[in-house]
Amino acid sequence: MEQNKIICISCPIGCRMTIQSKDGKIISIIGNACPKGIKYAEGEFINPLRILPTTVKVIGGEFPLVSVKTEKAIPKRLLLKAMIEIAEIEVKAPIQIGQVIKDNLIGTGVSLVATRNIKKADSNLCS
Amino acid sequence: MKLEYDLVIIGGGPAGLAVALEAEKNGVENILLLERDKYLGGILPQCIHNGFGLQYFKEELTGPEYAERFIAKLNDNQIDVKTETMVINITPDKQIIAINRDNGLLHIQAKTVVLTMGCRERTREAIAIPGNRPAGIFTAGTAQRYINIEGYIPGREVVVLGSGDIGMIMARRMTLEGARVKAVLEIMPFSTGLIRNKVQCLDDFNIPLKFNHTITRIEGKKRVERVTVAQVDKNLQAIPETKEEIDCDTILLSVGLIPENELTREAGIKLDPVTGGPRVNENRETEVEGIFACGNVLHVHDLADFVTEEGEIVGRAVDKYLKDKRKYRPQSIKIIPGVNITYVVPQHIDFIVPERKKIKIFMRVKKPAERVRINLLDDKGRVLGSYKKRIVTPGEMVSVYLPEALLDDKLKNITISVKRD
Repeated sequence: MEQNKIICISCPIGCRMTIQSKDGKIISIIGNACPKGIKYAEGEFINPLRILPTTVKVIGGEFPLVSVKTEKAIPKRLLLKAMIEIAEIEVKAPIQIGQVIKDNLIGTGVSLVATRNIKKADSNLCS
Repeated sequence: MKLEYDLVIIGGGPAGLAVALEAEKNGVENILLLERDKYLGGILPQCIHNGFGLQYFKEELTGPEYAERFIAKLNDNQIDVKTETMVINITPDKQIIAINRDNGLLHIQAKTVVLTMGCRERTREAIAIPGNRPAGIFTAGTAQRYINIEGYIPGREVVVLGSGDIGMIMARRMTLEGARVKAVLEIMPFSTGLIRNKVQCLDDFNIPLKFNHTITRIEGKKRVERVTVAQVDKNLQAIPETKEEIDCDTILLSVGLIPENELTREAGIKLDPVTGGPRVNENRETEVEGIFACGNVLHVHDLADFVTEEGEIVGRAVDKYLKDKRKYRPQSIKIIPGVNITYVVPQHIDFIVPERKKIKIFMRVKKPAERVRINLLDDKGRVLGSYKKRIVTPGEMVSVYLPEALLDDKLKNITISVKRD
């Protein structure tokens, strides 16, 4: 039998829960103060997902970077792998908020989208 | 250049944007928004992480997306905006002096002024860490700007002092960009940030958070080379036997924020020593009539959503002031922080508003407590209102509604206290 400790983030109480499991199957969850905790703990145990916010290099923009995020949450274990792929991307200005910067990021089927508008740089003020 | 406006807003962050849009929506014309940076949004464009908008928009946005929702609306409106414009003085009779590259010196006469200058970070000097003065010591927000806007990584081996939200968010950000965050140190026995950030920024990446710990010395010739850290006792004094050294090239400080009120003082407005901002009534109006303040310049908020909410209160109040639709109470009602309350906003209630049902009171507690009641007491200690809270922590602003029906003309003070349930 295995034990995993998880802190619930559903509210400020931050219940410290313990999940007991065997062969990847949950046997019991204890320590939650409300049903939200159970749902959160199950999600965290089976497949923890996170939205990845980061930045991408911009060519010819008013700023050298554009902020981006994964349009949906991706598996937590892939965050650092995704960062390696994102580091290679360059995108030309202008950029619109919501614009897809990279589709199917590291084969997750999830797109990376811009979270800020970036205008073209003034010709004499390239950064 | 001489200008006249009904409403001048100083600072184009979330507070200023909300004031401008809400005032316009309520019929205020002739609005000017002044911003010293190149772009609107204040700190939001560099807060690239998600978690914004859950309260206000009921969806999860990043900082730049949250800002853009308001900026896009502003562009559709008849609101004048001047960016890269620095306000250098405000007088009590609402004359504003500002400078920018296009107009030179600007003299602006306003009928109302809203102060939305935000806050800035406390620095190493503010907490007086002994040791050398090498390069590599940043406030977390400065590091955030370098990484997220300008594209520089401030260092590779990092120690973060302070478990405020920005500190934890930057610990994750630095880790994602390939730096190694060796520890986050928190002098208090609890985190001053949101639980969500503790889990998703630190635990997710196995970054240790050490409570009751602080940096006692910084060493390095040109660049930071190492820090000495120690556990602290109940009086927050370092315990010598617990000292240990951590090699690092970078220190990020997340040790609190200070409302940026230099202009407020210039206008002759005294500051509340606890919040660091002006004292305000329920309209967020300062002691100078027609000068309002909201957002982090008034008190440091933990969510941008609450800043927006406060900005909208001011947007509506400005309209009422300009139309002279206000009725003062026979005497102002003071709201006083009692047991385990650091501060309350607003600090007093000045107006009779028959159509108003309740007034939202914001507060911060001193210490975490579970299963409590927030009690509103009158001068004789009678309980006017009592609100159950499952948990209160200093990191999360608490709010209660004060029913209008409780306010009578004899009431002088309301004390707010936390009591065990």
